[in-house]
Amino acid sequence: MMSKQYEMVIGLEVHVELATKTKIFCSCSTAFGGAPNTHTCPVCTGMPGSLPVLNKQVVEYAMAVGLATNCEITRCNKFDRKNYFYPDNPQNYQISQLYLPICRNGSVEIQTENGTKSIGIHEIHMEEDAGKLIHDEWGDCSLVDFNRSGVPLIEIVSEPDMRSAEEVIAYLDKLRMTIQYLGASDCKLQEGSMRADVNISVREAGTTKLGTRTEMKNLNSFRAIARAIENEKNRQIDLIESGEKVIQETRRWDDTKEYSYAMRSKEDAQDYRYFPEPDLVPVVINDEWIAEVKSRQPELREAKLARYKEEYGLPDYDADIITGSKRMADIFEAATAICGKPKKVSNWLMVETMRLLKEHAMEPEDITFSPKNLAKLVELADAGTINSTVAKEVFEKIFDEDIDPDEYVQENGLKTVNDEGELRTVIGQVVKDNPQSVEDYHNGKEKAIGFLVGQTMKAMKGKANPAMVNQILKELL
Amino acid sequence: MANIISDETIEYVGILAKLELSEEEKIRAKKDMGDMLDYIDKLNELDTAGVEPMSHVFPVNNVFREDIVVNGDDSEQMLKNAPEVKDKSYVVPRTVD
Repeated sequence: MMSKQYEMVIGLEVHVELATKTKIFCSCSTAFGGAPNTHTCPVCTGMPGSLPVLNKQVVEYAMAVGLATNCEITRCNKFDRKNYFYPDNPQNYQISQLYLPICRNGSVEIQTENGTKSIGIHEIHMEEDAGKLIHDEWGDCSLVDFNRSGVPLIEIVSEPDMRSAEEVIAYLDKLRMTIQYLGASDCKLQEGSMRADVNISVREAGTTKLGTRTEMKNLNSFRAIARAIENEKNRQIDLIESGEKVIQETRRWDDTKEYSYAMRSKEDAQDYRYFPEPDLVPVVINDEWIAEVKSRQPELREAKLARYKEEYGLPDYDADIITGSKRMADIFEAATAICGKPKKVSNWLMVETMRLLKEHAMEPEDITFSPKNLAKLVELADAGTINSTVAKEVFEKIFDEDIDPDEYVQENGLKTVNDEGELRTVIGQVVKDNPQSVEDYHNGKEKAIGFLVGQTMKAMKGKANPAMVNQILKELL
Repeated sequence: MANIISDETIEYVGILAKLELSEEEKIRAKKDMGDMLDYIDKLNELDTAGVEPMSHVFPVNNVFREDIVVNGDDSEQMLKNAPEVKDKSYVVPRTVD
């Protein structure tokens, strides 16, 4: 039925909660998960007569993100009031930046199947978050917790440069990685410290005029974003094909039902009556300040990736996985600095660490073991003090409890037995006890030796040096 | 009075401000708003070519706080401002997106 070819035009508004200790305009804690209203004061609950004072760290994080995304930094900044009534907004206005956002005209590069693509960043502005509404299932009321009210946000507004769900995911991943590396936010979609609103329109392929767009909200995972985009594309194409019109509106995605519904229609479109915030003085940024923030910029992912290959000789695959998480990269570098064996450290991270993370349904950010203990384990295994089976067992202990492997191996008597005399006695006994296997071996059944190695290991409680066992066995046979 | 505020405008402004005005109040509000716009028109007669738009009345900028938690848990005191409290939260009419 679909005769025409369509393309999507997608732009994103991404809100990121900044990792400051205090709120944007008052000295209340931003800690997540406190009892309701325990992190509030007259400023963040909008009491008459209270006055906001800007948190300097917010400006510096916003600048850092802007510089890392190739934006121009606005020299003279001011804040504006966005007026609307909603119970999670105690002042009846949100302090935001409309006329002079702190960052403008940036871009980031993403990798697509057709190569590198640049996604424009229209602007980044600073603003405050709203409180949280909890709907009381029993009483006919809602409850407001203002702990989140006044938590600093940056809103990153892209240009409508994306054409597919894959490009949207690549762009979000790029932003998340950059901001995590800067330490400006932990960017967790599930916990809401990173939120993406997606603006979508479709048009006939080859045309340049933009179609009517809709804005999709409530997207809490990369999977939900991809699904919502595909769903909305099909909905809009169906409307157009059946001769109806796409209405400009905000829609809310329900990921369990895989369906979106209209939140507000054009009839009651918001009129925010922005005006300059008179309670805050302008923020003037000079070259020195920009240079200072720039000089503190840590190594970002692309640079790290290149350096891991260059400096440590890691394969592409290893470098890509390890730099895929700031936490993983930090552990890798610290452990490598101690033991000087990058590829060995990388193997422990890529194989056993990844396996255990998956098993425990954890994220790399949740890792608790210290690089020092991983480095010690690498040394123990590399020196042959413990064999690989024992090493895996010790690593699980490190992963779970961050034990000191030197002490643990000592206390539990896990050292590999390299004593040739002792090994010869044990192997001699194994050979004597298993005449059938010995005969099989002599009759050309190479595999029989595996059984004898296994019996020896069993007798040695897994602590024998496997190379020596093989060598002695072959001698005795 | 040069500026005439229409019935639609006063209705719309009332909706935005969440105000319900009586007929009498609407007449007064229309006159007040008209006067204000007249005053703005008067200001617009000034030649402001080459004058930077003012963003604040004081010639001060860069007033900051350091990022240090100073406020503790003052929820008991804060919640005294609430008309009604439940589960340490402010009770408001049921609100759903």
